[in-house]
Amino acid sequence: MLYFSKTRILLVSLFTIILVYLTLSNFIKTESNWHDKKINLGLDLQGGSYLLLEIDNNPVIIQTLQNKLSTLRKFFKNEKINFKNLKIENDKTIIFSIENNLIDEVKKIFEEKNSDINPYYEQFKTHQFDLEILNNQFQLNLSKYGLIEIKNASLDQALEIVRRRIDEVGTNEPNILRRGNDRILVELPGLDDPMRVKKLLGKTANLAFRFVTQNSEETFGSEKLMFEDDSEEAVMVSKRIILNGNNLIDAQPNMDTEVNETVVSFTLDRVGAKRFGKATTSGIGKRLAIVLDGKIISAPVIREAIVGGGGQISGGFTFQSATDLALLLRSGALPAPLNIIEERTVGPDLGQDSINAGVFALTIGFLLVIIFMFFKYKVFGIIANITLILNLFLLVGILTLFEATLTLPGIAGIILTVGMAVDANVLIFERIKEEIKSEKNQIIAFDSGYIRSKSAIIDANITTLIAAIILFFMGSGPIKGFSVTLGVGIFTTLFSVYFIARLLTSIYVVKNKNKENLI
Amino acid sequence: MEKKEIAFNKFYKLFNLISVFLVLISIILLIFKGLNYGVDFKGGTLIELRSNDSQISITKLRGSLLNMKLGDVSVKQFGNENDYLIKFEKKNDNNPNFIQEIKEDLTKSVGPGFNFRRVENVGPKVSAELLRSGIIAILLSLAAMLFYIWIRFEWQFSLGAIVALIHDVLITLGVFSLFNLEINLSIVAAVLTIVGYSMNDTVVIFDRVRENLKKFSDIKIFNLTNISINETLSRTVITSITTLLALLSIYFLGGEILKGFSLAMILGVVFGTYSSIYIANPILVLLKVSQRTIVKEDKD
Repeated sequence: MLYFSKTRILLVSLFTIILVYLTLSNFIKTESNWHDKKINLGLDLQGGSYLLLEIDNNPVIIQTLQNKLSTLRKFFKNEKINFKNLKIENDKTIIFSIENNLIDEVKKIFEEKNSDINPYYEQFKTHQFDLEILNNQFQLNLSKYGLIEIKNASLDQALEIVRRRIDEVGTNEPNILRRGNDRILVELPGLDDPMRVKKLLGKTANLAFRFVTQNSEETFGSEKLMFEDDSEEAVMVSKRIILNGNNLIDAQPNMDTEVNETVVSFTLDRVGAKRFGKATTSGIGKRLAIVLDGKIISAPVIREAIVGGGGQISGGFTFQSATDLALLLRSGALPAPLNIIEERTVGPDLGQDSINAGVFALTIGFLLVIIFMFFKYKVFGIIANITLILNLFLLVGILTLFEATLTLPGIAGIILTVGMAVDANVLIFERIKEEIKSEKNQIIAFDSGYIRSKSAIIDANITTLIAAIILFFMGSGPIKGFSVTLGVGIFTTLFSVYFIARLLTSIYVVKNKNKENLI
Repeated sequence: MEKKEIAFNKFYKLFNLISVFLVLISIILLIFKGLNYGVDFKGGTLIELRSNDSQISITKLRGSLLNMKLGDVSVKQFGNENDYLIKFEKKNDNNPNFIQEIKEDLTKSVGPGFNFRRVENVGPKVSAELLRSGIIAILLSLAAMLFYIWIRFEWQFSLGAIVALIHDVLITLGVFSLFNLEINLSIVAAVLTIVGYSMNDTVVIFDRVRENLKKFSDIKIFNLTNISINETLSRTVITSITTLLALLSIYFLGGEILKGFSLAMILGVVFGTYSSIYIANPILVLLKVSQRTIVKEDKD
């Protein structure tokens, strides 16, 4: 165990030097960097915001069912199939009745693999809708995968919109990730007050231009809507949408110098411009309500036809609120509302305090262990300590190499590694002491000390590794950082003990083989 | 200069009784008193507030927060006298201005001399999920350890090790329940590390027991465990000391956030070291492990 070949010494030194260099590169700025690897600081250390958003898919599901309802109606009419009581029940089931003699035929239409009415997903081996027949009543429920398809599609769309909105706010390196099939994780480093982002993400931003009607009662075609700023009494608004946000190609905040007010001016695409022109031509004298997420922003009276494909929205905006509305309109509407179900924000000063405390604790813990080991083992204590220092460099070097994220619990993991890393060396040294009692030849005693302690060291480290791996997969955020340093620490510990410490030991022992009581 | 052997085995019965007693008390505490879950597992809002105005006091803060109807509010000093930790039940309710409104309300009642250093807001769905995955993680790690030791040793060893682990986890949680210390995500990480550490400690002794079982056929397991404990004792002590030195420096110097985490680990290291000697080994005695136990394995 004590013999080292020249190539091995070279490889071990090379590996160590590279990792030590990587570690140092985190602290020293060099111009001629051949790599740009750096440890990332977690949000708890650099400050920032972590938001977990959940999409509320109910509106999307209801919309899908309504679309299916009209498709079915059209289909039955074309195929001349008589149906009765076609409707949606409990917002989740489509039901309809068919004459008895047609049941088999209709059933076949729904269960065909190339059915247009009930698409078949080859990869899941299932249809969009599950079919149930009671007497002559058909019940259609979204199948498990039908539901997942809807959720995935709406999440993809929401992810894109969230990304656009956050990009527009211009925060520093945001991290926007999909979680499962109805969640989005947003990490905003350096942002200590996520108020504005939360406001922007909290809006669906469904924009619609609709006429104000003269009815006083709610009817089938109109509904009563409130004003966003409660500046006016609620008014009746037609349900017919003249134009929605999809037809917008640009929106910008602007100063209307005539009335000295901040407005949002918008530009429409060709289809939108045509429709808008037509509606405003026929609607001169009427009030046009600009509705955002079910509330009226403003409802100006149309004085002249607007045919230029652009216009402006006024509504008592401040410059900030006009900027935000323009941003929302530019980035488009979310397919469904997003709820913030988890928020964690750390201010940058707290992050810096945590770094300082962590580094201080690490330094002191490290010194205590080093002093203890020196007094306990003298020369071998020095060997163990050199190993420990290099181990720390190796650990930080590997974290740098993989650009891992360091969190506060991660720093705790490093300190803990320092405390536990000496374990392997202690096991070896204690074993050597035992071996020397029965073996005169010190070199042989050292050798068997290394060999006989091996199984205990491997087992002991694997158990810790198991805990670290489970934490990595089950933990989130900061805790993951802890499991990473703990896990990587096990490998660097084994490397430094079996290569570095053993090499140093062998050099020392071979030089002093005739001395009594080496250890 | 042979060191004198300590007769650990003389006290197996006594300490086993004490352990059974402690575990029972812990279970009773966990059932009847329960754990003090933090916002991670209970849901709600946590705000770490720093004041730079000596007029702001704990009573003032509590008073004005109680007026906001936030549910169960708790305010306490956090670390130094200018830092406060505020916790309440009420969640975001999907109002993105929620935190802002609290800030404004507080400014009105206690003045502007403070800032929020940390805000955590966890919805009920997320907290339930976090709790579930925390429990799964702990159970999974116990199962994985059981399995690993079973592969490397024999089932008797595996059983001894797992009983020792459960003992450590239960007593650590019992202490947290007794002193009403907060259980959050980092405590779960600490418990898992305890599981790893305690196992590590047990394995080193077991490894020696197995070795000695091969070497001596005429020594009874009762004495054999004692020999093995003594042979590995200096390592057990040294490693516990270095680990504790590291943990104590986190506890005292690593800042308020890591306090609970490092405390749980300190308890775990102490109980883990104790249980490797006084739980894991007596179980080998109880199960009448002998040379035949491991010879049988070698034949397989």
